[in-house]
Amino acid sequence: MDGINRNEEGYLTDFSQWNKEVATNIAKECEIDLTDKHWEVIDYLQGKHKNEEALSIRGIKKSGVINIKEFYALFPGGPLKISTKIAGIPKPKSCI
Amino acid sequence: MKKLVILGAGTSGTMMANHMIKKLPKEEWEITIVDQYKTHYYQPGFLFLPFDLYKTKHVKKKGEKFIPKGVNYILDKIDKVLPKKNKVKLEHQTIDYDILIVATGTKIAPEETEGMKASEWHKSIFDFYTYEGAKALRNKLRDWKGGKMVVHITEMPIKCPVAPLEFAFLADSFFINKGIRDKVELVFVTPLGGAFTKPKATKALHYLLEDKGIKEVVDFNIEEVDSKKKKIISYDGKEVKYDLLVTVPTNLGDEMIERSGLGDDMNFVPTNKATLQSKKFENIFVIGDASNLPASKAGSVAHFEAEILEENLLRYIAGKKLKEKFDGHANCFIETGHGKALLIDFNYTHEPVEGSFPFPGLGPLKLLKETRMNHMGKLAFRWIYWNMLIKGTHIPFVSATMSEKGKHFDKKN
Ligand SMILES: Cc1cc2nc3c(=O)[nH]c(=O)nc-3n(C[C@H](O)[C@H](O)[C@H](O)COP(=O)(O)OP(=O)(O)OC[C@H]3O[C@@H](n4cnc5c(N)ncnc54)[C@H](O)[C@@H]3O)c2cc1C
Repeated sequence: MDGINRNEEGYLTDFSQWNKEVATNIAKECEIDLTDKHWEVIDYLQGKHKNEEALSIRGIKKSGVINIKEFYALFPGGPLKISTKIAGIPKPKSCI
Repeated sequence: MKKLVILGAGTSGTMMANHMIKKLPKEEWEITIVDQYKTHYYQPGFLFLPFDLYKTKHVKKKGEKFIPKGVNYILDKIDKVLPKKNKVKLEHQTIDYDILIVATGTKIAPEETEGMKASEWHKSIFDFYTYEGAKALRNKLRDWKGGKMVVHITEMPIKCPVAPLEFAFLADSFFINKGIRDKVELVFVTPLGGAFTKPKATKALHYLLEDKGIKEVVDFNIEEVDSKKKKIISYDGKEVKYDLLVTVPTNLGDEMIERSGLGDDMNFVPTNKATLQSKKFENIFVIGDASNLPASKAGSVAHFEAEILEENLLRYIAGKKLKEKFDGHANCFIETGHGKALLIDFNYTHEPVEGSFPFPGLGPLKLLKETRMNHMGKLAFRWIYWNMLIKGTHIPFVSATMSEKGKHFDKKN
């Protein structure tokens, strides 16, 4: 992970540095082994991010990619927080 | 005659009517504004109403008073927009437009969460994002003897994202003043990673929660409310018990947006974030909470947008290229209780930082620091709102795009 720019919480600060290997390494730090379903979710999240659409649990519910229980099972703890980190995009934030 | 139609006479719609009546030649343009209610609410006041800090008369006035002469004011429910026909179907009539401004805001949808809007709604489960909710909560708090109060955010985005936190701070003050703070357990539950989510703000402000003894439950995505057992349950099976639940339900754009096929998953209208033109139709513009912009949904943001939208409407009419000018500027006071408040100033790219900010009549106010002057600013905002903001009067020294003067930036981010 040398040369990969990340902020103090471990999120990439430059999406152009993201690739599957980077994702796999971040996933390892979060104790997750990526399966096909994980990649599908990552692809969905990156698409949303590219279109500047906000990420939400509701969005996941309506995504057709995965239901919320499965989302939790794939990224236990804070699924949006963890999945965005692996997808190389910023975590959902409030204004403060 | 050409026709400009504004949908919604809340903060943004009223501002735009006041701006455009001054700019568009009367012999060429007819301006119409539509709203379903005759009352205009000062929503920031809903934060103070539950604690008896404001009276009901401070937060509602007749909308008509703020619609300028010469603007056609229609009280009717909007059924849907027919964007390909340039028409809007209201419940009682259909109107045409050349240019449409969507300013229908966002509202709470408690029915989206199982068990929330059931028999305990406004009995042990309250919102304070509506006039009815804030008033019902006031009546409840007047004789509540204490217990576990859970302040809860259902999901993001919500309008005025700091309001729930302010509510928790004010509740702490309120119970101290009442002499029952030791009988109240205060818990803040959020779907985000913390009550504060930006590194600088977390560093500067997390002490507020600790000092006030407010517990945080984070990463909590609610699946249902069990109102019999008085607990909220998350998708991963976590439970938080409550005696009194003060929740901010899901915020959605109006169903009218969905019926018109203009919205995203949450009925917000996809909008160009720099020009405020809708992404689908070039003669439809969007302002305020109704858009999907990645800016805060706040009155101050709508105020900054209004200046830029005015300019872009005039450019659009003149056939000129739109200005890509809006930078997501927001400027919000945050009540912290005990007569103090914080002030934050930020935009799409800059997170709130420390420094100072000029505000009319109040001089330099401290950013990201708790002071009494900031609290005076928050209270003054009510006067500014009713007397200047929605009437479209320019507020001196406060510019639509964010100024970097007097602020302590480390680096651009
Ligand atoms: C508790 C609370 C505290 C807040 N505090 C602050 C603060 O401190 N500072 C700040 O800047 N902002 C604050 N806000 C946010 C601020 O009030 C909103 O961002 C602002 O009012 C948005 O303006 P708007 O015109 O986009 O929407 P609104 O003011 O909500 O107006 C929308 C209008 O559209 C009408 N409408 C919608 N659908 C239809 C339909 N189908 N037919 C007819 N009419 C329709 C509605 O009746 C309404 O009048 C707060 C909000 C809340 C709830």
